[in-house]
Amino acid sequence: MTASSLPAAGASRAPVGRLRRFWDSSVGKKVVMAVTGLGGIGFVVAHMAGNLQMFVPGTPAQAMHEYALGLRKLGPLLWVARAGLVVMVVLHATAALQLIARNRAARPVPYSRRVGQVSTLGAKTMRAGGILLALFVVFHILDMTLGVGHPQFVHLDPYNNLRLGFQRWWAVLFYVVAVIFLGLHLFHGAWASWRTLGLRRASDRPLHRNIAIALALFVTLGFLAVPVAAALGIFEPQTVVMDAAHTPEAAQ
Amino acid sequence: MTPNARIPEGPIAQKWDRHKFEMKLVNPANKRKYHVLVVGSGLAGASAAATMAELGYQVSCYCFQDSPRRAHSIAAQGGINAAKNYQNDGDSIYRLFYDTVKGGDFRAREANVYRLAQISVNIIDQCVAQGVPFAREYGGLLANRSFGGAQVSRTFYARGQTGQQLLLGAYQALEKEIAKGTVRMHARSEMLDLILVNGVARGIVTRDLVTGKIESHVGDAVVLATGGYGNVFYLSTNAKGSNTTAIWRAHKQGALFGNPCYTQIHPTCIPQSGDYQSKLTLMSESLRNDGRVWVPKKQGDTRSPAQIPDAERDYYLERKYPSFGNLSPRDIASRAAKEACDDGRGVGPGGLGVYLDFRDAIKRLGADKIAERYGNLFEMYQRITDEDPYQVPMRIYPAVHYTMGGLWVDYNLMSSIPGLHVLGEANFSDHGANRLGASALMQGLADGYFIIPYTIGHYLASTKLEAVGKDHPAVVAAERAVDERTKRLLGIRGKRTVQSFHRELGRIMWEKCGMARDAAGLSQALQSIPALRQEFWENVNVPGSGAELNQSLEQAGRVADFLELGELMCRDALHREESCGGHFRTEHQTDDGEAMRNDDQFAYVAAWEYGKEGGAAVLHKEPLAFENVHLATRSYK
Amino acid sequence: MNLTLKVWRQAGPGAPGAFAEYQARDISPDMSFLEMLDVVNEDLTAKGEMPIAFDHDCREGICGMCGLMINGSAHGPMKATTTCQLHMRSFRSGETITIEPWRASAFPVLRDLCVDRSSFDRIIQAGGYVSVQTGNAVDGNALPVPKPDADAAMDAAACIGCGACVAACPNGSASLFTAAKVSHLGHLPQGQPERYRRALKMVAQMDLETFGGCTLFGECQEACPKDISIDTIARMNRDYMQASAFEPGENRKSGGAG
Repeated sequence: MTASSLPAAGASRAPVGRLRRFWDSSVGKKVVMAVTGLGGIGFVVAHMAGNLQMFVPGTPAQAMHEYALGLRKLGPLLWVARAGLVVMVVLHATAALQLIARNRAARPVPYSRRVGQVSTLGAKTMRAGGILLALFVVFHILDMTLGVGHPQFVHLDPYNNLRLGFQRWWAVLFYVVAVIFLGLHLFHGAWASWRTLGLRRASDRPLHRNIAIALALFVTLGFLAVPVAAALGIFEPQTVVMDAAHTPEAAQ
Repeated sequence: MTPNARIPEGPIAQKWDRHKFEMKLVNPANKRKYHVLVVGSGLAGASAAATMAELGYQVSCYCFQDSPRRAHSIAAQGGINAAKNYQNDGDSIYRLFYDTVKGGDFRAREANVYRLAQISVNIIDQCVAQGVPFAREYGGLLANRSFGGAQVSRTFYARGQTGQQLLLGAYQALEKEIAKGTVRMHARSEMLDLILVNGVARGIVTRDLVTGKIESHVGDAVVLATGGYGNVFYLSTNAKGSNTTAIWRAHKQGALFGNPCYTQIHPTCIPQSGDYQSKLTLMSESLRNDGRVWVPKKQGDTRSPAQIPDAERDYYLERKYPSFGNLSPRDIASRAAKEACDDGRGVGPGGLGVYLDFRDAIKRLGADKIAERYGNLFEMYQRITDEDPYQVPMRIYPAVHYTMGGLWVDYNLMSSIPGLHVLGEANFSDHGANRLGASALMQGLADGYFIIPYTIGHYLASTKLEAVGKDHPAVVAAERAVDERTKRLLGIRGKRTVQSFHRELGRIMWEKCGMARDAAGLSQALQSIPALRQEFWENVNVPGSGAELNQSLEQAGRVADFLELGELMCRDALHREESCGGHFRTEHQTDDGEAMRNDDQFAYVAAWEYGKEGGAAVLHKEPLAFENVHLATRSYK
Repeated sequence: MNLTLKVWRQAGPGAPGAFAEYQARDISPDMSFLEMLDVVNEDLTAKGEMPIAFDHDCREGICGMCGLMINGSAHGPMKATTTCQLHMRSFRSGETITIEPWRASAFPVLRDLCVDRSSFDRIIQAGGYVSVQTGNAVDGNALPVPKPDADAAMDAAACIGCGACVAACPNGSASLFTAAKVSHLGHLPQGQPERYRRALKMVAQMDLETFGGCTLFGECQEACPKDISIDTIARMNRDYMQASAFEPGENRKSGGAG
């Protein structure tokens, strides 16, 4: 072998600050993904809690309306939250795409055969599932927030928007598939984030993940409840009372 | 000519300290002007290269493996001795010194052994500071265990991977220096010759094992730390790549070879299972604490062990050595196993094995206790043999493990060639005719961390060296010689593979120069080895070219050297008309079969000079004086 | 037993490679995998062909030199076992065995099944040591090390640097290798002064060597012949995060290893 044994390229790097150094490293990017991922889990759980008001006995339409209106009443804070979500998604996706590129480059010649021993379906579908979820989020915002392409969208009437939206079979299908992938994403992501951040104590069975399994099931079932119920026709048509104070204009 | 060991004057306990003071020093600013070439990156080589670089010398280090971390020191299991007396059980430097000289059957140089015992304590401190994870007690302090040949607990260990952890410590120190640019590392580079300029070692010729490029490297001193030559027997516990080439080339250039016939045969290895076998695996000696060694009393008894009643079993170690029993020393246990097998009472394939039975221990202590003590060893045994040692007795057989012989060195670890220093198993120095367990790691690190860094300075400061460039005629000639030899090996294109020659040599060596030797067998070997060597050079088939990664070519060069070394070993064994340590001449034994030393005639180091122009090797003698440990007969009855 | 081998053959670094098929006949189940290859190589040599180049040395599972992708598994089907300790009784007669080198851009193929793993050495050079010069150590018992820490350090230090973690990782990541060293030294008091800087430097070098990132598939842990846990990776990340916050950036002049 050649005599050179000095670090391959360490000497020629331009000076960098801490933040840049962190972001440039594979560990830094994973930490960013873990933090934004955990933030995303928080959002998803809160979102699901909101959705489940579809099942409030008696006046679910009104409850959903109040919930939507409540969010609007946050005013600028809502926009801060939205901006925060966008930043998280952008960071998460950017880091993911950059790492995928690195991982691809790390093995230019593939194996003719490689047998996974313990890779879970969740781990294996992180990339494809992530891309699918990104597409779903775009569709979902267009469909349920902005009403683009929705057959009978009424602003601040999420109950009926959902009820009617899920009368389209393909929307139910897309939603269900996306939620299953979300569950898989969390099954791996929730467990892996904790480890990536070094929060987990050493254990004899590092691959075990009871909390992640519970979380993934909880979120998956919680999100599946609405489209499945809608598809089964459980949601009766209900009218929402929007008095003057409760109009969209007043809420703005 | 009597080789001059340059042992310092004075009482044994003061020799090293006084010598350290008397040695010349190299000014710190001048150290970087000196370039030292270190061949080998095991415990001795890596520690030497790292330490000399820390001192400020320019160091180049060479190893044939793909990384210095893979040197065969890594395979040492048991531990490393040090006279720390942490256990308060009466250990001392003097006791370690005494045990080592006695264990070496009075064929080691006292002054070297004393220094080794002195340095042993510094080694532990150094390794701990490097982060070697030695075993600890709950109080956080270092744990010790006892080992063969000593009555005190002085062995430090890191599970069954002591050699690995010590080597990684030295390797990390080496990598630290490589990163600083003070050591240039050449991995996958094999030394193929030594360059002498006016009789002084000034460089080496290497072959880059990836590109095949033959290159010369010039410096101010050369340090060989290339390990032992047990692979001359083909089957041994050594790594497949372990070889004699570096020291043999140096020997051919004039370095004296000390005690080549002193070979350690370890009694507890897993027996060979077929002709295809490529190496033998050691099982820790500690198994003999609870296992009982036996063979059937009847010759050719092919019953399964469970069907042989106790009355028909011969627990021969317990019978012959009632006071030490199954714990008798390595050389004795190995020889006894061979005798049983030669008598036709061996077990397993080819009758080359004896039982190591845990039946009684399991009955007495329970399988759980045995699993706790030896679980990982039982697992390893089962993985290799597919037999469950909890159910059927293990089969073991002795195997070549360590070579006490090596290049002759003086007290400064310099060979008879000025400038050529030799460390670790590659030199002959500290173990005499038999090495005690847990002493090899100690010696490698003592040589590398704490001896050569001092003595190399003395050599450099007291020697005037002319400037030598790569165009120096001696350098060019050495490079050409290596190139020609390589071409010659590739040009034969005969019918036999390198491996078949190596196997045949191994068989000769094992039968005639193995655990028990006699004049008739050694004389036969001295006929058959040259004949085999001649056939090798006429009929070996080395495919491929020299300008590529060519493992057959690498092997061929090593086997060619083994074919010469084997002859010297037999010659040495034949000349030493006594039995001592690992060297057992059947002609020289007591009535009850014990080794009989001949101190009047053989209390010397046999330092062989290479016979130039086809002549026979010339014997030189360094007399050994035992002023502190008095000559006595070892007895284990 | 008789076997068909599908072996990756490649004449040199950068040369095109392809699978070649060989028959291994009369193989004993007691042979190690490498001894089986020895037999095939003896046949090839006798036929005047170049034998299959593969790295190996100690053949007792500790040097880390051997390493083959056997039927899609690093070091073959047996858990916690190096290729040299894998025996042919793990296979069935008549089976076809696919043998490939480790594949990673940081492990370029040198010939056939031999790869260059010097990237591992450079990761160690970046900080996988304690900066202690020979001679300036204090007494070995001066600093007590709690037994659980010593044991955890030893668990991680058992790494043999074979590269199976990289080979088995779908991302070609060296996280387990790097984390094992960070974890080994980080568990010991002697490793504390350089603990955070070490994590920073070693991770940077790992990235420079073009290894992939860690997705925590867990494949490395399964392939590791020394059973090193992915818990070490969590520890490395923790050290790395602390280091990122507190260790100065590189626009400050710093001496020592880089």
